[in-house]
Amino acid sequence: MTDKPIVRFDKVSKRYGPLTVLDSLELDIFRGEKVAIIGPSGSGKTTVLRMLMTLETIDDGVIWVDGEPLTHMERNGKLVRADQAHIRKIRARIGMVFQSFNLFPHMTAMANCIEAPMTVLGMKRQDAEARAADLLDMVGLAQKKEHYPSQLSGGQQQRVAIARALAMRPKIMLFDEVTSALDPELVGEVLQVIRKLGSEHDLTMLMVTHQMGFAKEFADRICFFYQGKICEQGHPKEFFGSPKNDRTKQFLHAVLEAG
Amino acid sequence: MGIRTLIVMLVASLLVIAILATQPAYSLFLPQLLEGALLTAQITVLGALLAVVMGVLAALGKLYGPAPVRWLANIYIEIFRGTSALVQLFWLFFVLPQFGISLEAYTVAVLALGLNIGAYGAECARGAITSVARGQWEAATALNMTRGQMLRRIILPQAFVAMIPPWGNLFIELLKSTALVSLITLSDLAFKAQEMNQTTMKTIPIFTLVLVIYLAMSLVITIGMRYLEGRASRGLARGRTV
Ligand SMILES: Nc1ncnc2c1ncn2[C@@H]1O[C@H](COP(=O)(O)OP(=O)(O)OP(=O)(O)O)[C@@H](O)[C@H]1O
Ligand SMILES: [Mg+2]
Repeated sequence: MTDKPIVRFDKVSKRYGPLTVLDSLELDIFRGEKVAIIGPSGSGKTTVLRMLMTLETIDDGVIWVDGEPLTHMERNGKLVRADQAHIRKIRARIGMVFQSFNLFPHMTAMANCIEAPMTVLGMKRQDAEARAADLLDMVGLAQKKEHYPSQLSGGQQQRVAIARALAMRPKIMLFDEVTSALDPELVGEVLQVIRKLGSEHDLTMLMVTHQMGFAKEFADRICFFYQGKICEQGHPKEFFGSPKNDRTKQFLHAVLEAG
Repeated sequence: MGIRTLIVMLVASLLVIAILATQPAYSLFLPQLLEGALLTAQITVLGALLAVVMGVLAALGKLYGPAPVRWLANIYIEIFRGTSALVQLFWLFFVLPQFGISLEAYTVAVLALGLNIGAYGAECARGAITSVARGQWEAATALNMTRGQMLRRIILPQAFVAMIPPWGNLFIELLKSTALVSLITLSDLAFKAQEMNQTTMKTIPIFTLVLVIYLAMSLVITIGMRYLEGRASRGLARGRTV
């Protein structure tokens, strides 16, 4: 880890009409860090990831990636709203996995994984296929390359989605409750893949999760969101061992109670 | 209806034509009618091609075009949906020459009917495009695709599957509306039938043949669209194995 954050939310606010979903958020994430975002429903966890993936615009503040502004660009020494070209340049460093997989249903697992490398990065089919084959192998789906999403289980689909995102070689991976839509017996296989990725020291990972056990074991840092603000954060040991904030205590009590 | 039933119906109607062709009372009219049917089929196929191109372009223009393009797409759709195909046919054939643009009847037929069906098709296409799940756009964005790449590679291929059934209906509408072209001097199937009916008064054999020929042509369309649907939705349907 270095001192310069790879992602910086600098006083970022997000509003939907009168509703302030994120209120002047300040959050630095460092290269290679694995950050778990937890918090009650509606606290803005998904919104944080979606803003970083540029799926949502922001109303105030600036998001920085690798020392460069993502939401803005420099013009004559001033920061102005980023245009599409700038956004695409910076966005290339980020990948995302969704709760609902969002695989392309008209393409096989292999085709899902080579689509963007070919159309966006301009890779040759042969190279893209070699890269995708390695990744599908890594997520344990070497045998399912030619299957369509509709022929795969939820856990398998989510693993293809992880391989698809990795095929673009992002530096930062975002995971939004990637096991929430899965039957309980399929959760493990997806977490196993994420664990494997965790051993890659260069990859920065940001995950929203309700899986407290996994967060505790996997993350370097836990961020607890409450009503659009980070209420408490820290190393999992301290965070779970001796939470300081009352809201954190309440939340942990409630989720641990629920199992 | 299952595709098997449709194929059986098509084979049956072709058999009926073949059997009637052995009857002197019917075989007399068949060559002329088939000649008319050929013209009907040509106008239908070319009109359908034009309709698809116009429909998809108008839908994309209306959804994603800059203001002037959106505006043009809207005008096209409203004009060609809001007036009858007959009036469009007459306008292109009788009014346009007054402005110095004379088109052949055949060209007018393809243009008018293609543009007419295309305007309805644009609405089908628009519905199909907007029905593609938002998550598909988001996944494509997360993979850093451009808007054009998303449309071309992700959204349109899925939208086409949803478009096929309503387009099938429109093509059959198109086939039936080709009967109008006899009013601008073309000798299509309907025209040939009427012409021979007036001279020979053999109403039963003539119109029986015409009915079966139209039926066979529309069955070809339905079966073709079913086939396309099956091919295009490969992977989209749940529970198949490779
Ligand atoms: N497009 C939208 N329009 C209006 N309000 C929205 C929109 N998207 C999100 N919100 C609101 O923003 C708030 C934060 O939503 P967000 O999805 O970030 O919550 P979350 O912490 O991920 O919750 P959950 O645990 O249920 O997924 C919620 O109150 C939600 O209703
Ligand atoms: Mg959420």
